[in-house]
Amino acid sequence: MGRYLLVTIQVDMHDRLAMALQDDLMEQIRRHKAEGVLIDISALDLVDSFIGRMLGNIAAMARILDADTVVTGMRPAVAITLVELGLSLTGVRTALNVERGMELLETAREERETGDGRSQG
Amino acid sequence: MTDGAKSALPSLISRQEKEILDDWVKLQLSSETHRSDLVTERDVRNESQRFLEAMRTAIAGGSDIRTPEWNDVKSLLTELSQSRARQGFSPSETATFVLSLKQPLFARIRTDFAKDPGALADATWAATTLLDKLGLLTMEVYQKGREGVIQRQQEELLELSTPVVRLWDNVVAVPLIGTLDSARTQVVMENLLQEIVNLGAAIAIIDITGVPTVDTLVAQHLLKAVAAARLMGADCIISGIRPQIAQTIVHLGVDLGDVVTKATLADAFALALKRNGLTVTKVSAVSTAS
Repeated sequence: MGRYLLVTIQVDMHDRLAMALQDDLMEQIRRHKAEGVLIDISALDLVDSFIGRMLGNIAAMARILDADTVVTGMRPAVAITLVELGLSLTGVRTALNVERGMELLETAREERETGDGRSQG
Repeated sequence: MTDGAKSALPSLISRQEKEILDDWVKLQLSSETHRSDLVTERDVRNESQRFLEAMRTAIAGGSDIRTPEWNDVKSLLTELSQSRARQGFSPSETATFVLSLKQPLFARIRTDFAKDPGALADATWAATTLLDKLGLLTMEVYQKGREGVIQRQQEELLELSTPVVRLWDNVVAVPLIGTLDSARTQVVMENLLQEIVNLGAAIAIIDITGVPTVDTLVAQHLLKAVAAARLMGADCIISGIRPQIAQTIVHLGVDLGDVVTKATLADAFALALKRNGLTVTKVSAVSTAS
């Protein structure tokens, strides 16, 4: 979608799939010169510490490749699990749904371009 | 203990049931633990009569209250002390019912065995152990009844005290009242997150005006809720922090991190509106402007 990559996770993630996704995503960011990555996990209802860490890693890696990451559509049960696991994903932006996630990417991009970082949304 | 003394009790009760009952009821009514506001004289008489009848039948089979013959007596006592626990009788007022039977019973034993001190002591001993056992049973049931009441109230509190209210489009608030423990935080968190999804809220205000104390544990619970809400894509504002609580938080060295805090719910709401790009204006100002 334009300058942004949209990833939706539809199946239960297992470790190898998560690693494949991570590799693939980095490759795609480089190839498309993406400025933002939106990961929609609204269909994901099971997480473990590995997946949680992986989401954090993807955000950090994307940041190095100069792309923002937004995680959207997290379910309440998943959010509670991640918090109980002690993974609050600092540094990852979150939004309620894909639409809001896109808005967030837009504003984040604008903020970065103006170099202000504190503009009114 | 002689067989004479053992069998003396049942025969004594059946022979003088009427007199014992009269004395017993009189004693209960005149005792300082009698609650004339909660039970009438007729109720006392009825209950006493039923109890004495049941006891007369049961005691013929022996004075061991674990035997099935005593089931009637026990269920009668259970019913009585449960209903008294619910009505608000104090423990001693409840126990007096059984224990006050001692005096009329002992008086009869004394006149019966006036000539034989050994048998008198035996019979008194048998009667007192029996009534003590029944008294203990009453107390046990009474306690259980009270515990049941407490537990039910706790559950009701848990349900009552965790509403999530919608203040505006995209803005929800949770007014927390009472002490936060792990179980409550869990319920609050689940409700909050579910409402965030249902209403599509972007900002959640957690108001802790009604939370009496904030210690490290409560603060940690709050931070968990905030972190979970953030993961869902909603910003959290904690409001209603009283000056004393602010002091406690700092003294305890609790780090609230980058959580936005406001002194009052109104401030938090104003901030939420501002983030939504909304302002509140007086109607007159709008009409003169147009």
